[in-house]
Amino acid sequence: MGLRKILDRIEPHFHKGGRYEKWYALYEAVDTIFYSPPDVTKNAAHVRDGIDLKRVMITVWLAAFPAMFYGMYNLGFQANTILAGMGATSVEGWHGALISLLAGHDPNSIWDCFWYGAVYFLPIYAVTFIVGGLWEVLFAVVRGHEINEGFFVTSILFALICPPDMPLWMVALGISFGIVIGKEVFGGTGKNFLNPALTGRAFLFFAYPAEMSGDAVWTAVDGFTGATALSVVASDGMAALMDKMTWLDAFYGNMHGSIGEVSALAIFIGGAILLITRIASWRIMLGVMLGMIFLSTLFNLIGSDTNPMFAMPWYWHLVIGGFAFGMVFMATDPVSASMTNSGKLWFGALIGVMVVLIRVVNPAFPEGMMLAILFANLFAPLIDHFVVQSNIKRRLARG
Amino acid sequence: MEHYLSLLIRAIFIENMALAFFLGMCTFIAISKKVEAAIGLGIAVIVVLTVTVPINNIIYTTLLAEGALAWTGVEALAKVNLSFLGLLSFIGVIAAIVQIMEMFLDKFVPKLYNALGVFLPLITVNCAILGGVLFMVERDYNLGESAVYGLGAGTGWALAIIALAGIREKLKYSDVPAGLQGLGITFITVGLMSLGFMSFGGIDL
Repeated sequence: MGLRKILDRIEPHFHKGGRYEKWYALYEAVDTIFYSPPDVTKNAAHVRDGIDLKRVMITVWLAAFPAMFYGMYNLGFQANTILAGMGATSVEGWHGALISLLAGHDPNSIWDCFWYGAVYFLPIYAVTFIVGGLWEVLFAVVRGHEINEGFFVTSILFALICPPDMPLWMVALGISFGIVIGKEVFGGTGKNFLNPALTGRAFLFFAYPAEMSGDAVWTAVDGFTGATALSVVASDGMAALMDKMTWLDAFYGNMHGSIGEVSALAIFIGGAILLITRIASWRIMLGVMLGMIFLSTLFNLIGSDTNPMFAMPWYWHLVIGGFAFGMVFMATDPVSASMTNSGKLWFGALIGVMVVLIRVVNPAFPEGMMLAILFANLFAPLIDHFVVQSNIKRRLARG
Repeated sequence: MEHYLSLLIRAIFIENMALAFFLGMCTFIAISKKVEAAIGLGIAVIVVLTVTVPINNIIYTTLLAEGALAWTGVEALAKVNLSFLGLLSFIGVIAAIVQIMEMFLDKFVPKLYNALGVFLPLITVNCAILGGVLFMVERDYNLGESAVYGLGAGTGWALAIIALAGIREKLKYSDVPAGLQGLGITFITVGLMSLGFMSFGGIDL
């Protein structure tokens, strides 16, 4: 193959003493993107398996695609429906110019809707990827570690949970915080204790609350306020939500929200891929589900006259807001979750309980998935610690 | 009852001493390298806070606050305001309680006593303890409320330091840049932790 030959020819320049010694990390990244590395395990223990960090990360990246493509379509569909309702035929600004270049504003045309979404989503993703990638390469080159594909996952997950309308400089700031403070100061992939995508997102959430939350930011139409499903329930109760959509609507994803989170169906397709390939831990997902079902049912039973969120049943919690997305893609991040088997269940349960708690009890935040996962990340090492201690104790007792 | 429960939860999570007010940082950073030691110190702080806040409450309401001496029946004392002695007597009570606890630990749990070392006497000047007492005065808690508040504030601080110790045990395997090793990365970690604890901010109990 030509490419292999070219890579082999330039390789010596990147080794120690070579002309481009400093850029070895970059060479290594390009090489391993195209070819699997030749390194093999030389001594015990031998596990014969083709799986490596690269394949794990790329699989997660691909598993996010159904949610991403559906999200782009849905973003355009929601926006075009609103535009049609307003009688508008075009959008102002550079977004509008790009949209009218290739498509119209017909909510019934799949292409029109898809292109509309792409025009909003792809710049966010591109900025995330480029800015985050620059930090990644910079740290790799200066500190001499490898660039790895964990960043692919971080960048797509970060882009998928941003509001479509947010300014691009904010995207750059958020991913910079996530990558540098959330991950690289600890030494890069595998060394951090918080999910970097969520760290960046939470940083933006608290730094620029007006642009990152509320009802106006989730639809890519200026001046339109479309409440998300969760805020409808929080202010007007379950009945108001059922007027607007059926459970199946919410399951398929016909609603306002960030690009990645709307369609539970598309997310579960990705989740199934992750479970079948055994990349994501089923224990964590099960834990999250059980914790969520437990507390939401408990709240249903307690009931409340003043807070309509108490009445929300678990199968609605499952499909609206970021719950499904967080459960499948964020909670299962192998680095920031618990490592031990029973620890994973507890870790998941903590997320499930926290998300319902924040959604129902905390009036400041209608959505709680992001904060619940960050909170559980804090306790993940501690959960592992206690699991290990109890194992040691049990084995000592066994003699 | 519900009132006390919400006070407890607020003191543990929402107004977490370490992660919302950043009180008691010196011990928080210094004794968080090992989970076991952190648990020990956490329990010590819980005990000290649960005991000292109500005791100081009694002292404040019966001796120091304006008009507190009215119970003596002496007319000249009824209008005396001794609250300027507050800091002095609070610290005195805290120091006494810590001394008693130190003797107790030395006698019965020598292992923990050694692990805590100089930081046990230093609990005396731990700002989380004095902070708890001063919050009690500022918010006019009664005796029952101050006991619950002391327990909650201590539990919140203990929870935070134990979680930090867990994270720091994990971070032993990380590869932190030379300039940030030790204190630097710990401060960043604590900052990120309080980002996680912000999920409780805004809960109105």
